[in-house]
Amino acid sequence: MTKKKKNPVWAFFASVKLALFLLFVLAVTSIFGTIVQQNLSTEQYVQIYGPNLARLLHILNITDMYNSWWFLSLLCIFSVNLIVCSLERIPRVIQIVKKDNLTTASDRLRKMPIRKTLVLGQPLDQGVRKVAEFLAGKGWKTKQRQKDDGVLLFAQKGGWTRFGVYIVHSSILIILLGAIIGSSTFAQKILHKPDFAFKGSIMIPETQQTSYIWAFQTGKKIDLGFTLRCDFFTIEYYSNGMPKTYLSKVTVLEDGKPVPLKDGKTTHFLKVNKPLTYRGITFYQSSYQPYPDFIVTVTNTATGVSKTQIIPAAKQINWQEGGAEFGILNKESFGESVQRIKIWFTDRQGAPSTFWLNNAQEAIIKRPSAEYRMTVKQLYATGLQVTKDPGVLFVYTGCGMMLLGLFVAFFMSHRKIYAFIHEEDGQTKVLFAGSAHKNKVGFEKTFTGLVDGFREKIG
Amino acid sequence: MNSSQLFGITTLSYLLSSAFYIGLLVFKNKKVGTIGLILAIFGVVVQTAALGMRWQESYTLGIGHAPLTNMYESLVFFSWCTTLFYIFLEFKYKARVVGAFVMPFAVAAMAYASFAKSISQQISPLIPALQSNWLIAHVITCFIGYGAFAVAGGLGMMYLIKKSAVTKGKQQDSLAASLPELKIIDDLIHKTIVFGFMWLSAGIITGAVWANEAWGTYWSWDPKETWSIITWFVYASTLHARFTRGWSGSRIAWLAIIGFISVFFTYFGVNFLLSGLHSYGSG
Ligand code: HEM
Repeated sequence: MTKKKKNPVWAFFASVKLALFLLFVLAVTSIFGTIVQQNLSTEQYVQIYGPNLARLLHILNITDMYNSWWFLSLLCIFSVNLIVCSLERIPRVIQIVKKDNLTTASDRLRKMPIRKTLVLGQPLDQGVRKVAEFLAGKGWKTKQRQKDDGVLLFAQKGGWTRFGVYIVHSSILIILLGAIIGSSTFAQKILHKPDFAFKGSIMIPETQQTSYIWAFQTGKKIDLGFTLRCDFFTIEYYSNGMPKTYLSKVTVLEDGKPVPLKDGKTTHFLKVNKPLTYRGITFYQSSYQPYPDFIVTVTNTATGVSKTQIIPAAKQINWQEGGAEFGILNKESFGESVQRIKIWFTDRQGAPSTFWLNNAQEAIIKRPSAEYRMTVKQLYATGLQVTKDPGVLFVYTGCGMMLLGLFVAFFMSHRKIYAFIHEEDGQTKVLFAGSAHKNKVGFEKTFTGLVDGFREKIG
Repeated sequence: MNSSQLFGITTLSYLLSSAFYIGLLVFKNKKVGTIGLILAIFGVVVQTAALGMRWQESYTLGIGHAPLTNMYESLVFFSWCTTLFYIFLEFKYKARVVGAFVMPFAVAAMAYASFAKSISQQISPLIPALQSNWLIAHVITCFIGYGAFAVAGGLGMMYLIKKSAVTKGKQQDSLAASLPELKIIDDLIHKTIVFGFMWLSAGIITGAVWANEAWGTYWSWDPKETWSIITWFVYASTLHARFTRGWSGSRIAWLAIIGFISVFFTYFGVNFLLSGLHSYGSG
């Protein structure tokens, strides 16, 4: 260690001053990116800031600053600082935790701020046993050593809590590592495996399927390695017209066959905040697209012959097997979403039926030749965000560790108790002393409680 | 009796409580301080009932959700956290005049929530992105942290006032003399920041988990997220300056105030001055 300390580079990165400086710089520079909107087009920047300032923003990478070389470099230096600084100190902490506290001289105990001397009305060896038993009973398992001037008992708790800080520091590194592993830029440019980690999206019209998605940044196609079908999409509304749920019913297919998912079912209901993960790829409900077409399902209730077809409005469909013809005459919409549809239907016997039907509601059509069931639903495409982020596991682990580490670092401490049994002025005395590396006030209470308890016991 | 009337009573009792605490500061009459405390406790009890009632009212409207989802509700929750945290502090550390520096924050939040034109008090249904238990966890953790930081900021101001009186040799002034010892305030600032930092960290983490569940990105550097991490950096620096460089006293008091300004900006500034994902907070 001493040799390393002489290395100026090492010393530079081991310094806490650097850490304070970096925290300050990170905080201040981060502000820029919240004032200047990120990732707009060049024209937009020129419009907002004028050509000169816009050029400056570009040169300094402030238009995409959190991915810029200088911001990432800051984070790198920050990580190195954190690693070196912790490596520098951990050996010292290990020394402290492993230290043989029984070598502590009685003079030092007499100077400790938290201490108390009691008179024991017993011979020394009996007193030692009594004190050791008492402390053990309170959860302080002592070790003891014979000294020149008496017997020293020592017990400690929470030595490991001195590592709480380092749990926090490593958690930050693990989170940053997770961010790198999950970064699509890293997957493309360093690993040259764009399907290792990506973010993209795909629109799937109802009844259709896809085996690829479009990557966000590059716009390139990425193969999923399986197929996802959208069976159905719908929006539910509150009574005041606000959207309540965006819901897609999807099926995962491998080799053309539906695959049962975790819950054993082959279909899954995707909602906002209820994504679907399959083979490391997660699908999020993120948008939708209404079409001017309709999905029509008609069934001849007598024969059971059925047909599902996507048709545009105002087109006459001839359904040979079912012995009927139908079409959509008219529709009523609210914005882009169709509420009611006017249907025309005939089995070529008597006058055709025409009637209004609510979107996606079933109608029974009684005709001279047979009875038909019919639903007409506006065609939608569901818009899914698709993400593969193998780093999330690291990030979440890091987050958990950080909370744990913060708790340990802030609220737990390394506590030590010494009991020195010795003879003085012809009496056996016990000197209790203690220390805690944090929360000294709390420890003092524990200590006083312990000593008072002992005093009562020996009467 | 409905929840808004109860919130009105809360605002009034916090206002009176602040007045009595300031009275304590000026007149050094213990009884005045006790009344301030009783009013704060009364206010917080009424407010708790009101929060429960608003929650229940949302179910009556058929859109049941915890009252933590828009600007109005978050302000109310902020004042609740701040007051509760302060009462806890008063019982634990007996530093009563601190109330004069903290209760005004609680009043300001309640008054702003109730009277600002831009803030709707309606219980409105949740759009799909907000229907998440992580959101609830996010709001609760963040606001416990913010409450603590508000208290720390108040303590910071108190420290500086006392300090300037001491250096000018005017500690006999009634105002400065009624403030606790500098060392005690310093210690309280530190403890409060530690507590707040823990919750802010949890708040940022639960927010990231929520974003990941809803959008597939746990961090997107949107202005609100960025400001929360700026705040986190400020308090991390404060803690390190204290632990490793031995900073204390005025410098930490200033950092407590700067930290709270950063909190304030994260919470309000971003909604009103910058644009981003958290736009739900502006309505
Ligand atoms: C934002 C990032 C950081 C966070 C959240 C963080 C968190 C913490 C925490 C919670 C403590 C414990 C304080 C205590 O109770 O003793 C601590 C201590 C410390 N940190 Fe950090 N830290 C960060 C960055 C850094 C960096 C970059 C360095 C690099 C030099 C560093 C160096 C230290 C040192 C030397 C200590 C004192 C350890 C001791 O008690 O001996 N920290 N940090």
